[in-house]
Amino acid sequence: MNSTPTVLPTNAIDQNEELRVDVTKADTTSARDEPGDAAMATARPTVSATSSVDATHAVKIRAKNVDFYYGDNQVLFDVSLDIPEKSVTALIGPSGCGKSTFLRMLNRMNDIIDGTRHTGDVLLEGSDVYDPAVDVVLLRKRVGMVFQKSTPFPKSIFDNIAYGPKVAGLRNNAKLTEIVETSLKRAALWDEVKDRLNSSAMSLSGGQQQRLCIARTLATDPDVILMDEPASALDPKSTARVEDLIFELKKNYTIVIVTHNMQQAARVSQQTAFFFQGVLVETGDTRALFTNPTEKQTEDYITGRFG
Amino acid sequence: MSDQQIGYAALLKRRHRISTCFEWTCRVATVSALLFLAALLAGVIWQAWGWLDLQFLTGFDSRRPGKAGLLAGLWGTSWLIFFTAIFTVPMGVGAAIYLEEYATDSRFTRLIKLNLSNLAGVPSIVYGMLGVTAFVRMFGMISAADGWTMALSLGFGTLEIPLPLGRCLLAGSFTLSLLILPVVIIASQEALRAVPPSIRHASYALGATEWQTIRHQVLPAAIPGIATGIILALSRAMGETAPLIVVGAMSYVAFAPGNLDTPMAAVQDPQRVLDAPFDVFTSITIQITNWIEQPKEEFQNLAAAGSLVLLILLVIFNATAIVIRNRAQKKISW
Repeated sequence: MNSTPTVLPTNAIDQNEELRVDVTKADTTSARDEPGDAAMATARPTVSATSSVDATHAVKIRAKNVDFYYGDNQVLFDVSLDIPEKSVTALIGPSGCGKSTFLRMLNRMNDIIDGTRHTGDVLLEGSDVYDPAVDVVLLRKRVGMVFQKSTPFPKSIFDNIAYGPKVAGLRNNAKLTEIVETSLKRAALWDEVKDRLNSSAMSLSGGQQQRLCIARTLATDPDVILMDEPASALDPKSTARVEDLIFELKKNYTIVIVTHNMQQAARVSQQTAFFFQGVLVETGDTRALFTNPTEKQTEDYITGRFG
Repeated sequence: MSDQQIGYAALLKRRHRISTCFEWTCRVATVSALLFLAALLAGVIWQAWGWLDLQFLTGFDSRRPGKAGLLAGLWGTSWLIFFTAIFTVPMGVGAAIYLEEYATDSRFTRLIKLNLSNLAGVPSIVYGMLGVTAFVRMFGMISAADGWTMALSLGFGTLEIPLPLGRCLLAGSFTLSLLILPVVIIASQEALRAVPPSIRHASYALGATEWQTIRHQVLPAAIPGIATGIILALSRAMGETAPLIVVGAMSYVAFAPGNLDTPMAAVQDPQRVLDAPFDVFTSITIQITNWIEQPKEEFQNLAAAGSLVLLILLVIFNATAIVIRNRAQKKISW
């Protein structure tokens, strides 16, 4: 039962291992205690208690016993998951398993849909994001999101990136220019577009558009970046670039990525959570989960027996 | 060849024949519609020939056909459409934005949406009755006998608002606004709905508020569609006669609303601009109706000339709508 799944390229794990060591070193100093951590330690243990999250990474987001409904249709069942800061957490599972719904709960994008409700808590640094006192606009600035289909606004490249800071009230042109440049550089797009910042974002290729959307998210200076299958509509070369980018970004950001592509999950993430029919079946260190899944369903899925 | 194949071949011929028949039926339908239109247009131009001159466009109505002109109607229609646009655009677009962007899908909003499509189909004369009750008589809250005038001094002139409004231009504009509001709301809703939700989501995800999302993403993308809908609705209002007759437009008026018969007069005597909305009025369509009813033969030629002017105005309006739409399509592609 515990044979290495054939879908996983062994070098991916090696690469992963190296990177994790890197990050551990870099982050020991920056890791900080969560304000609500002590209180939470006494709370009832969650599924994630079994996960082997790096000890140096404090919990950034904690979901506790989350149920979610579209009307009468329950799509998430008692999901509890800890997401460590400055690392990549991959959500995998077959279509309709609730992974995207869970992702969209983290920055309350589900609020936009009529007739949805939930129970349970989602805590960002210990405070409930669904608290009525929480300003959802501020929450979405802290928890940015990149969508499956790249959605550049029909404006110039510059205006696309500057949109987030502008709506937040920044009017200083020099500062905006600086933000646009840093964001594009971080998204590894600067060299390709620096000479045509004023041309339409629609003129970019699909892969460039998606990196533009990532740059746009970075421009709002978020703590957490949610990615909903960010590379599923891209060709392999563009996918590789986006994956490289995710590698880079996790040094500074907490990243949660939904993906259908298990190699991708294995390549980019440190923690993986497997969803099936609305239930969080298994979660843990990516390498452990892929090489030594404890649940039969997980093994069946990652070895390609279904899904 | 097997029996089955022979049957297929015979049937195939028949199927193609039916297909050709249908194509020709549709072609005849199109051509005959165009023929009627061409005949109508030719008839109007034929009758109007020689009558549509500068005197016709710059003169007021007269008992003598040779001296009668359309100026009162031109001014009346311009004022009517101007005020109709002022009332309709904010209310129509605002209602559409509320229904599409803010309102949740409840029984109440569904009822409103259903009623909007019904209202768009209500005959215009019914709106005329509504206009008389609501605006001309103001539900009888103030009887015409002891009506009074509210005066507002504005520095360069005095705004004198009669209460109840009576048969004034503004009452006509209110009525036309009611008439086209459902059309404007429905057209604007469709334009808003055509903006992909992903654009809204992307904007929300970047920390924009609902207003910022509407202002910077949704409206710029929807405005061409909204503008097209507004212009088409206004051109419908321009062609309306029945509600204006009911509201009390005058069939014979030999002056422009507020005596404002040249644009220059507005600068020289601003008071006239303030008087215009509360003056009696006529419109191009009312003048045409009036001329048709006259026994003298020459008035028929005047009616044709008036129709031609109205047609030209409508063509200009609709052409503007098409230009706006095409420009926008070039600029925005999803």
